[in-house]
Amino acid sequence: MSTETKNPETRKAAPLASPSGAAPRKVPQGHRRLLTRRDRITLGLMAGVPTILHVALVWLTALASIALAFTTWDGIGFDSIKWVGVDNFRELLTNNPQFWPAVQHNVIWFVVLILLPTPFGLFLAVQLDKKIRFSRVYQTAFFLPVVMSMAVIGFVWQLIYNPDTGLINSLIGANEPGHYIDWIGDPDLNLWAVLVAASWRHAGYMMILYLAGLKGVDPSLREASSLDGANEWQTFKNVIFPTLRPTNTIVLVVTIIEALRAFDLVFVFNKGAQGTELLSILVTNNIIGESSRIGYGSAIAVVLLLISLVVIIPYLVSTFRKERRA
Amino acid sequence: MSTLALRDRPIRPARVLLHLFLAGTALAWLAPLLWVFYAALRPYSETSAKGYVSWPDKLGLDNFTNAFQQSDMLHYFGNTLLIAVPAVLLTLFLSSMVAFYVSRFDFRLNLALLLVFTAGNLLPQQVIITPLYRLYLLIDLPGVTASGKLYDSALGLVLIHVAFQSGFCAFVLANYMRMLPHELTEAALVDGASVWRMYWQIVLPLCRPAMAALATLLSIWIYNDFFWAIVLISTGENMPITSALNNLSGQYFTDPNLIAAGALLTAIPTLIVYFVLQRQFVSGLTLGANKG
Repeated sequence: MSTETKNPETRKAAPLASPSGAAPRKVPQGHRRLLTRRDRITLGLMAGVPTILHVALVWLTALASIALAFTTWDGIGFDSIKWVGVDNFRELLTNNPQFWPAVQHNVIWFVVLILLPTPFGLFLAVQLDKKIRFSRVYQTAFFLPVVMSMAVIGFVWQLIYNPDTGLINSLIGANEPGHYIDWIGDPDLNLWAVLVAASWRHAGYMMILYLAGLKGVDPSLREASSLDGANEWQTFKNVIFPTLRPTNTIVLVVTIIEALRAFDLVFVFNKGAQGTELLSILVTNNIIGESSRIGYGSAIAVVLLLISLVVIIPYLVSTFRKERRA
Repeated sequence: MSTLALRDRPIRPARVLLHLFLAGTALAWLAPLLWVFYAALRPYSETSAKGYVSWPDKLGLDNFTNAFQQSDMLHYFGNTLLIAVPAVLLTLFLSSMVAFYVSRFDFRLNLALLLVFTAGNLLPQQVIITPLYRLYLLIDLPGVTASGKLYDSALGLVLIHVAFQSGFCAFVLANYMRMLPHELTEAALVDGASVWRMYWQIVLPLCRPAMAALATLLSIWIYNDFFWAIVLISTGENMPITSALNNLSGQYFTDPNLIAAGALLTAIPTLIVYFVLQRQFVSGLTLGANKG
């Protein structure tokens, strides 16, 4: 152990020279030449076992979703799998009263999250980044919902929305017969009620991401701007916000993924009954519901997959391109 | 620093206003939880007579003890422990090995492999659930799990957690390991150390801060998981606590105050971890995000 840690110390001059330019590509070659047979096997296992597990359970099942979407299957024996072409999709798009509302709700989910809690999280982060006292106390309060599970958040807000005993109706006097406002049951209200709970959590999450981004902003930029006579808003708009670009990208991706993944909250609230249908809920109800149709459920999953990939692929391509350059 | 301090002093009223705003908002943010806590402290008979927005006659922890005992919560906490501990350890172990490999050895495979892992982690879980559910039903494990299948077993949940979360962890750890000087392992290799020793005795100990952050994050995520268990576990008895709450609230808890207590009890472990390891949690969350 001691020899191993001492050596790099003595050769510390080398790493600074090699990483720039084309040198790093050659380093692994040198590494490799020294490997024994046993090392190669060890390496193969180290990379192979996790990859197999991940690929088998995540990617092969995703591919299976695509394949099954073009079939019907009752789940009993493989011979009952029948190819039906695009029938599942045709039925989904034209003959499922829940599909288009679900798509619409997923879109609304994203739009609400990106327009309300996200800018609010940014606003909080900018305020908390001012080196004020109690900053950590405030942060803890705003971030608390992010630590709790969506399921528990669902229960908490269910209690708040309860028509009889809930906080809101009790406060506004709508908890008496004849005056009930059914926040969770009313299909015109329930999506918005759920979104309040989702936003409550999302704002804290965004605040933390932006706080981390703001920490990376060069303080001299801010000073230069204020020396130039810019006020706080001008400094933020012209100097700070543009440098937050990498954070903004992550925030956008995280928000889209959150909107596509939205599930727990709605499931706890009302199992995605009328008014709160989501694509994720439709897929799940198709499994645990009574009429389990594997091909049909897979077709909904494929729609979800396609939307996700439209977001994931460009994001990862740009991320990894940057990394390659780095 | 000095210019900041100078600028702070003259605009004191603005600071006071900011504090008022932040304190008010923070309180509003905690209000839902505080109200639920307040309801949980009161007996049902009192709240049903006086209404929920009223001064208390009697406050106590009865609802908490009742919720805990009536529904045998300890059993479900145990289930969660049985799933979360192996899942966190295994995820860190496997993803650190992948990260070690891609950051130290194969630069061509590096990107492809990381791409696969990261993209997998970003997929909505529902994309893969239908075939996964079928797969779990198909895999027979007589004698290994109580159900005789991967379905309805803790093992099944551990596996999917590991497979899913290792994407994020591999990405974060690979970035972290790449910052360690290459000469560290090169020198060890020249000295004749085996690859395994390089990983276990040199690289891994240096990754302790990142591993601690990820462990905190993973524990909370896995503890909070609701979806996998709802679909992949059929026996109510086998559910981890977060998913069990869904059944418990219907079966055992009849009054809202009891549900409030049960929900808060479920949240307590995550809150403890958060308060004790806040720094780790936040740094873990931003570790992955800061790159990019």
